[in-house]
Amino acid sequence: MDVICLGISHATAHVELRERFAVPEADLSLATLRLGSARAIDEAVILSTCNRVEFYAASETAEEGFDGIVQFLGEQFGLRSGERGIFYRYDAPLSIRHLFRVVCGLESMVLGETEIFGQVKKAYGTASAGGTTARHLNKLFQRAFRVAKEVRSKTSITRGPASAGSVAVDLAEKIFGDLSPRKVMILGAGEASEQTARALFSRGAKSILVSNRSYDRAARLAAELGGKAIHFDEWEREFRDLDIIISSTSAPHPILTREKIEKIMASRKNRPLFAIDLAVPRDIEPAVNKVEGVFLYDIDSLQAIARSSIEIRRQELSVCEGMIERHVTDFWGWLAGGIQPNAAALQPPLRAAGCRVSRS
Amino acid sequence: MDHPLLIASTFCFLLGFCYTVYALRAGTYRASPFNFSAIACGFLLQTAFLFERGHALGRCPLTNLFEVFIFLSWSVVLLYLVIGPAYRLSLLGAFTSPLVFLLQAFALAAPLDSPPFRRAAPNPWIELHAAVSVVACGAFALAGVAGVMYLAQERQLKTRRLRSIFFHLPPITDLAVANSRLLRTGFGLLTVGLLSGFAVGKPLDWVKAGSICVWVLYGVMLMAEKRHSVGPRQVALFSVLAFSLMMSMLWGINFISEQRPL
Repeated sequence: MDVICLGISHATAHVELRERFAVPEADLSLATLRLGSARAIDEAVILSTCNRVEFYAASETAEEGFDGIVQFLGEQFGLRSGERGIFYRYDAPLSIRHLFRVVCGLESMVLGETEIFGQVKKAYGTASAGGTTARHLNKLFQRAFRVAKEVRSKTSITRGPASAGSVAVDLAEKIFGDLSPRKVMILGAGEASEQTARALFSRGAKSILVSNRSYDRAARLAAELGGKAIHFDEWEREFRDLDIIISSTSAPHPILTREKIEKIMASRKNRPLFAIDLAVPRDIEPAVNKVEGVFLYDIDSLQAIARSSIEIRRQELSVCEGMIERHVTDFWGWLAGGIQPNAAALQPPLRAAGCRVSRS
Repeated sequence: MDHPLLIASTFCFLLGFCYTVYALRAGTYRASPFNFSAIACGFLLQTAFLFERGHALGRCPLTNLFEVFIFLSWSVVLLYLVIGPAYRLSLLGAFTSPLVFLLQAFALAAPLDSPPFRRAAPNPWIELHAAVSVVACGAFALAGVAGVMYLAQERQLKTRRLRSIFFHLPPITDLAVANSRLLRTGFGLLTVGLLSGFAVGKPLDWVKAGSICVWVLYGVMLMAEKRHSVGPRQVALFSVLAFSLMMSMLWGINFISEQRPL
């Protein structure tokens, strides 16, 4: 029996290609059943996320299994024979290693991201509920989850925010703790400030004010975030009760000076203020950071923190890979009936068989 | 005879201290049962020591500076165990272990455990005064710990240089609240300690005067905080400095107590 993986990901194909083979959540259960009943496929799991679509299967031999998946793809997605090369193919032990790496977030666009764990769990849960998993894939996926938990708890691969938006949210939580009672103002409803506001919103910030030169745009964004729009000439009036301000206007000079902030802070009863300045040129005078109780971050400082987090994660890669290898060896030993693989067999090929890499 | 209990207790806090230092340097610090267990074990051994000593003396074990240090350490741990979980400040344990270890190690190393020259008959008011006042110091010590954590976190946020401990320290608003509550707890306990001291009926001396000064100092700071005249940063700084000042006053109290035994 062999465990195989055939797939397409952000690293190997454009999004236009990936979306052709994406399986919506509503259709996942049926698609998995169809794959599970394809020729030569004994067990099947389908993983479909915005960055990858992968088909895991257990079959008597790898070649028969790949043929079965390709047949399924032809029936389900109209895959033509000339297109088979766009998918990467792994058989054991490479398929085992690949799955473990995916679940640990080592194959994600943002190294170490943890969302993939939940996504794989969901995919496995759907397949298991549909009866398309049995001894081999059950053991494989359960081992994968164990590996991911071990890697997460023993290394720093998931540590620290990896994007400017998540940096802003983490900082807000380090200042205020629970964000739900906090008041957020978006000054200038541009894309950057919108993304940051959404990140805060997703972590519980409920009270959001949006102010923009164009009131309509402010109203649109406020409606999406369940907040309130205010006219651009009224924002200073709301400042006293704010906890977080995200500024991204196109003003040619700072609109918030140290003098202004000091006056406002005096009436705020020592409540801290978190100011995020995403504008270039900056909306908030850098000297504002010297005011007690004010924490000012511009786009450069947010990105520097994100880069530093990613660097720390990269340093953890070799440790994670070492841990994964031990589990791969162990699992393949079980799969191969106690035969220990040799070192060469455990090395990934320079390119996966039949894989064509497209660059965006 | 009772020193082995104290040495074992100090060793427990040393384990907690070492674990914290190791984990923080490795960037893998997490609130762990190991640290909590080390502190809890240390606390039980401290309690056993104080019980043994008190039983041998026939009074509350606060007859010399050595016992004051140990009682103070015990108070710090007691307050941490009671208040830490309530304030979700499990990381307080990371800073509590080193403080308690240092207090006890110093007490064990320095020649402080000598019997007083004279010993008067036990007086419950004086014992209450001494015990509650030392527990108040424990609260102030823990406030100092929260103050250090606040200042560390605030500095990282201000300078935008985030070290690994940043991700483990609680939010600064939580630290400010904990600091404030611990100061108020300490102030309340110190008030009870002072009142019971006055209940003894003896005239005002400079030990009492010193305690009143400490009480006034903390009182003024708490009043200023309530009126928002000072920010959380100043309160945190005050917690650290005031406790350091109080520790240095213990020497004076010890000197006086040798002249005027409890």
